[in-house]
Formats: sequence, structure tokens, C-alpha cells
Amino acid sequence: MAKPAGLADSAPVLETTRPDAEPTPGRLAEVGNWVDERTGLGKVAKGGLRKIFPDHWSFLLGEIALYSFIILLLTGIFLSLWFKPSMGEVEYAGSYQLLKGLPMSEAYASTLAISFDVRGGLLVRQVHHWAAMLFVASATIHMLRVFFTGAFRKPRELNWLLGVGMFSIALIEGFAGYSLPDDLLSGTGLRFVDGLVRSIPIVGTWLEFLVFGGEFPGTLIIPRLFIAHVLLVPGLILGLVGAHMALIVYHKHTQFPGPGRKETNVVGYPLFPVYMAKAGGFFFIVAGVTTLMGATMQINPVWNFGPYNPSQVTAGSQPDWYMGWVEGAVRIMAPIEWHLGSTTWSWNVFLPAVVLMGLLFTVLGAWPFVESWLTGDKAEHHLLDRPRNAPIRTSLGVAGMTCYALFWLAGGNDILATQFHVSLNDVTYFMRVAVFVGPVIAFFITRRVCLALQHADNERVLHGSESGVIVRAPGGGYSEAHEPLTEDELFTLTQHEQLAPLEATPATDGHGIPVAGAGVSKRRARLSGWFMGTTVVKVSADELHDHHDEPVPAEK
Amino acid sequence: MSHDTLIPASQATTAAIPDPGLGEHVERFTDADPAAGNRVYRSILFKFALVPVLAIAFVVVYFAMDKTAWVEVLGTRFLLQHLLLGVTLGLAILLIGIGAVEWARYIMNDEEVAEERHTLATSPADREVLSKKFAAGVADSGVKRRPLLLSAALGGVGILAVPVVVSLADLGPWPTDATRKKTLEKTIWAPGVRLVNDINKLPIKPGDLEVGQLVNAEPATLFDLAGADQQVARAKAAIIVVKMDPDTIKIPDSRKDWQVGGVLSYSKICTHVGCPISLWEQTTHHLLCPCHQSTFDLGNSGVVVFGPAARSLPQLPIAVDSEGYLVARSDFTVPVGPSYFERDSTKDYQDGDK
Repeated sequence: MAKPAGLADSAPVLETTRPDAEPTPGRLAEVGNWVDERTGLGKVAKGGLRKIFPDHWSFLLGEIALYSFIILLLTGIFLSLWFKPSMGEVEYAGSYQLLKGLPMSEAYASTLAISFDVRGGLLVRQVHHWAAMLFVASATIHMLRVFFTGAFRKPRELNWLLGVGMFSIALIEGFAGYSLPDDLLSGTGLRFVDGLVRSIPIVGTWLEFLVFGGEFPGTLIIPRLFIAHVLLVPGLILGLVGAHMALIVYHKHTQFPGPGRKETNVVGYPLFPVYMAKAGGFFFIVAGVTTLMGATMQINPVWNFGPYNPSQVTAGSQPDWYMGWVEGAVRIMAPIEWHLGSTTWSWNVFLPAVVLMGLLFTVLGAWPFVESWLTGDKAEHHLLDRPRNAPIRTSLGVAGMTCYALFWLAGGNDILATQFHVSLNDVTYFMRVAVFVGPVIAFFITRRVCLALQHADNERVLHGSESGVIVRAPGGGYSEAHEPLTEDELFTLTQHEQLAPLEATPATDGHGIPVAGAGVSKRRARLSGWFMGTTVVKVSADELHDHHDEPVPAEK
Repeated sequence: MSHDTLIPASQATTAAIPDPGLGEHVERFTDADPAAGNRVYRSILFKFALVPVLAIAFVVVYFAMDKTAWVEVLGTRFLLQHLLLGVTLGLAILLIGIGAVEWARYIMNDEEVAEERHTLATSPADREVLSKKFAAGVADSGVKRRPLLLSAALGGVGILAVPVVVSLADLGPWPTDATRKKTLEKTIWAPGVRLVNDINKLPIKPGDLEVGQLVNAEPATLFDLAGADQQVARAKAAIIVVKMDPDTIKIPDSRKDWQVGGVLSYSKICTHVGCPISLWEQTTHHLLCPCHQSTFDLGNSGVVVFGPAARSLPQLPIAVDSEGYLVARSDFTVPVGPSYFERDSTKDYQDGDK
């Protein structure tokens, strides 16, 4: 049965409602809202937009590394559009007249094409190579800055390890890159690596055959290095860069000590707008300078070397600068080889190349943990050390730098011999000793300098700065007037932490029962005393207050 | 002089005076003097305005210029187009950077701001929550009652490393004894193969050489090969042929018939890491490798006299054929090139061997 359609007698009258009138947001805010409603990025931006970064020139070193990496990615993409990673043989038919008709690999021919037939190609190739040199150099100096200022201490140990990781694979990335053109120089470098891989005891020959796809040089190594160079290693570095940056943001940057700078704060300028302009501008400065370098400074002129030929080499063949220390170690190594039964143990190559590289990265990676073992310090550190205030760390660092520098110089022993007209053999013999003695000398000199600088700081705190004004006393004596330090400086020079070295805890408890595990051994206490006790005790508040030798005001 | 001192605990972390705090903000010249501020403003604008000019110049140079033209600047030759492309682009990029940094340094507010740091670690209360959640998850998973599940799953995932690693085994041939005999331990030298000049590929007669002369040579059969095969063969077969006065050199009895009237032949591949050795010192009979300076005495069966190499340079036994050209009597008697683990190095020549 059909029902009559009912009529609702109480239907309310609906009015269209509008949100309360709000001030109309600007165009930018509208876009921002649109994004935020879909991503919630506003919460991130709220905290990050005005994030404070401290200002110091040495904090730019890591930025240079980051920016040159970006430049490498950009220029690398350009180069990969033309480069052919193939060892297939072709007859050169490009526009460089001196090599016309020569058989060469496609890799080399395409490198020549980029250099001479693609407009701007030579520029981008040279910018890429210069940026690579700059990348490793700035990363190296950045690491030294972090080391000498103690920025690797808790909570930044992991970021230090990420840095060491990037540094080590950056060397592989650079090597793979300069091996790709397959010119005579890069082929010589590959030959060296072939010998290096072979020298690894027991598995060397197997690794060589797997890496090269058989005997050197074969046809596979360039395509394999290419994929490592453009995908595998840069992908790894990119991931590590991301993690490195994320930790920097989360930890907040370290800062140098000074008035108002505490372990609990960070003093500087906000990200927006100051650091966006400064850091963004600095990217363009780095990019501009590397472009000008690529324009005006020749690097790796592969057309001069010719295609790779395993029976040719040029005198003065050297790797890029960052492999120079390994090259030096290989050059000055003594000819030690074991011939046991029907096996050959090639220590003369394995030790200076493979083991030495492993040693450097191990020591670098282990240092933050060694230092905290020496100091027993478990506190967070956000204020940087002035290098003089950690004399042993600074001296060890300089000793390490000296060792590296001597190995690096040894990598040019032939150049040293010809430039300075000395015997090549003497240079080599000298370097064999110097790489061991040099660091020791450097250690003691640096230690002395650090302690002297600490004494000088104390002198200035107690007596003021030299004013350069000579005063004659009524009695006829002459002395130099000293200006008192400002409060800011007095604070900066005396604020650093000077913790007492660890003391040995008894090995046995009161009942003569050995204490297990925890505790400080005598040896650790001795090392801690050496590491932390080798320092000049800073001026205390009482000393400053009691000091009668008030600064003599200079006569105006 | 010892500096080992005990630092009084009271002063370990205190400065000699209390922290004076952040100093007062000092106005910059560009803040205090509007005229100075405007000068910087104009200078930044000028830099940004030059960028499009340089960008247009780049495009003009790219399309309008002959790419082979060159120019000499300060005694150095440059490809003109390359130079101008780089200079216009580089300056344009640089000017953006300098302008932006000037803006930040001279125009933007430069009052220092202090921001508090927060504890990095999770608060104990939150850790408590986390550990409860974790415990709840563990309970939900059932591994407490059936503990083998976890080890079995992890073991299963772990063992996948085996197929992954094994699948890489075909990266290259395996250097088994048999493979090494055909590769590392063999070159294309064979009895009767002629020694030919590396450059002009002509065979060599002993009489063509003068005392002290050194020639880079290859087996004549090398040039029957092409491409990668030739490169692999060349990397092992390259030799040097040298003529020395027989009275000034030592030839052991066992190698009397490896040479022809003072003409000797050695591998050109260094026994250190495999560079082609090339620097010849006539008067001392020393041959120096330019890569790592290993030096070999060719007047004494190629023994090492200096440098990191540890083994003598392999000598190639040679003779003359019926037409008077130098030929190999056999392959090298030991593997050439750098050391490898399975190499039997007891047969290499050592100083003083007969």
C-alpha cells in the first residue's frame, strides 16, 4: 500500500554558513597552508626556521666539502651524458689533430670528445676534477678542525665516524674517477692498483681476477669503475652526507668559548634569513670559484698523455694529491718479500698500500673512544677546545699530520730529487727514517708550543697585555706598561675545563679480593696522567683576585 | 720539565671571573649611516644585475664563437671559447654568491641570538614508556613461548648472504692452477718468435744495435692480436733489448746462451707493481722504473739494486734465426710482472746464482 508522501512540518531553514571572517592570508601563507595541510611540515619549519648557527670561519670548511660534492653531482651528470664507459677499441676521428687515426678505447675517445667537440665540455670536465680535488681537501681540513677543537667528543662520536667513512670512500671515488678516461696516466694508476690487489696474501690473485674480470687490463674494469663512480659510491656518500647533516641539526652546532657562550646554549644568527643567505651565498661562491678554476687552470690534460698502453709510461707519473701519501709509502718501502715454498708474500706492496690505509682509517675512527677512555669524561661537550688547552691531543694531531706530510712528500721523491738537484736514493733513504722520526720531533715541538701558549695566556690574565708603551720610572728604570684585559677576554682565557686525570682504583678490595671489571688500572691512570696532566694549570679566581702585580696603566 | 699537576677540583670548571654574558650589540657602519647602507645596497643590486648580462654573454659565446680559436694570455694558450664560457659563467655564479653574502653581512640584522640546547637523550619517563611498549611487542610476537621462531627467522635471513655472495663468483675467471698456467704464468713469447721494435714493428738484428743502446720491443705475434687481447698480451710480453759490452757485464754460466754477443733482453714490466720500466742509465747498466724508482742492474741478470721491488727482472732467452734476426728461445722462465700469492718465486735469479 502506497503511503502518501509525508511532509516534514518542522524542516529547519538551512542557512549557508561561512567560516568566521579571517584576515585573508597572503599568497605565500596560502601556499604554506596548502602544503602543511598535506604534510604537516609546519611543525618542522616552526622549530627549524629560526634555528641558530654559530659564526666562525673554520665552520665553513665542512660547507666547502658539501658544496663541492653538490658541484660534483651536477657536473658529473653533464659528463655522463657523453662519456662512454667502454674499453672497446675505436679509431679516433675527433677534432684533436694529434691523435687522429690512433686506436684507442671508447672511454678515452669520448673523453676527448667531451674536451674538444662538446662546447663547454672541457670546462665542465675541468670543473669536475677541480671540485674533486677541493672536495677531498676541504673534507681533510674540516676533519683536522674537528679533531683539534675536540668537536668529536660526546655526543658527536657517531658523526665523526660518519665523517671518517665518507673520507675513506671519497678516496675510492676519486681514484675510480680519474681512472675512467683510460689515458696513459690513468691506466698506469690502474696497473698500480692491480699490483696492490694482487699483493694481498692468500686471496690477492682471486680478488684481482674477480675485480678485473680476468687478467689486467681486460675489458671490464672501466665499466665496473664507472658504475662504482657514478652510482654506488656517490649513493653511499650521499646517504652518509644526509645522516651527517641530520646529526648536525639534531646536536646543534658546537661553538667556540666566549662570553655568553655556554654548554647549554648556542649563540649565533638564525637560519632564516641570515644563514640561508650566508650559506646559500657561499655555495655560489664555491661554485663560482671552481668554475673560474676550470676555466683558467688546466687539470689532467688527457690528450697529452695518449691512450693507455701497458708498455708505456711517462716519468713523473703520480696519482691525484690525496693518494700521494700511499704512493709515497709504496715508494720508500724496503724490498721485503717472503718466498715460502711455492708462495710469495709481497709485504713491500701490501704493507705500505693496503695495511697503511687501513691503519689510518682505524686510528681516525678509534680516536674519540681512545680519548674518552683516557679522560674518563662522560659529559656532553658543545664548547670547543682551543687546541693549546689540549696539549697532548694537539701534539698527537700534529705528529699525525707530519707523518702524512712526509709520506706525501715521499710520493714525489723523484720530483724532489730533480727540483733540488739531490740524489733520488738519498731522498728515499732520508724519507725512510723521517716518516718515523719526524712525527716524534713534531710531537715534542707542538707540546712545547702548546704549553708555552698556555703560560702566555696565564701571563696575560695576571699581568695584562703588552701595550708597547715604555715607561720610565722615577728611579730611571724602564718598563713596559701593561693594559688590563677586558672582562670578556679574562673569561675566555680561563673558562676551559681542566679535569683531574684518572686515578688508579685498587685492584683488590679491603679484604684482598680482586675487584672484577670496573675500575681504573694503573696503566690507564698513568696514560690519563700523561694525557690530561700535561697542561699548565689555568689562573683561578683566587689567584686573579690576590694578584698584587696590578697592571700598570699606560700613560696617556 | 714536568707539567704533571693535580688540578684542584674546585676550579676544574670555573672561570677566573663570572661569565660577563653576551656583549651589547654594536651597530655596523651600514646601520648607523644610511648613506653607507645605501651604498652597500646599490653595490649588491649592481652585482645581481650583472648576472643576466653575463648569462647572455655565455649564450652568445656558446653559439657565436669558433670553438677552435685560441688566445694567449700571460704566456699560456687557452681555447678562447672554453675560457670565455668559463669566465662568464664563473663570474655570474660568483657574483650571486658575493651579493648574497654581502646582503647577509651588511643589511640583515646582525644581533646575536642565544638558543637553549635541549637534552639529546630521551627522558627517563619516555624511556620507561618505550621499554613497556617494547615489552608489549615482544609479548605479542609470541617469541617468549616459541623462542626458536626468532633464531630461525634471523638465521634464514642471514643465510641469504650465501647466495648473494656466491652469485658474484662469476665476476671473473677463477685463478686456479690451470688458469694461472694459461694466464699469469704465460706470455705469447715462444721459441722462434721474432723480437720487433715497439714503434716501427721491424725485426731487430744484433748488428743494428750499438753498445749502450736500448730498444723497446714486442713479440712479432703481438700485432696479430687486436683490442683487449692485444692489451692483455702486451701487459706481459713487453720487453727491452739492450746491447752492452760483454766484458763489462756479468753473465752467469746458466745464462751464457740467453744472449747474443752482449745483446740481452729483459721483461719491461716491473716486478714491483707492474709499471713499464723505461729509464736507462747507459754507464751503470741500471734500469729505473719511473713509478716507484725500483732500479735493476741489467749487467747482472736484472737484480734489484735499489727501491721497493724485491725480485730480479725476468730475462728472456734469445738467439738469432737463420736470417740473422733476434728471436726468443722460449717463453720467460718465470712469471713476469708483480708478485701474487701463488707465485713460486724460488726460481727467480738471485745475485750470485751460477
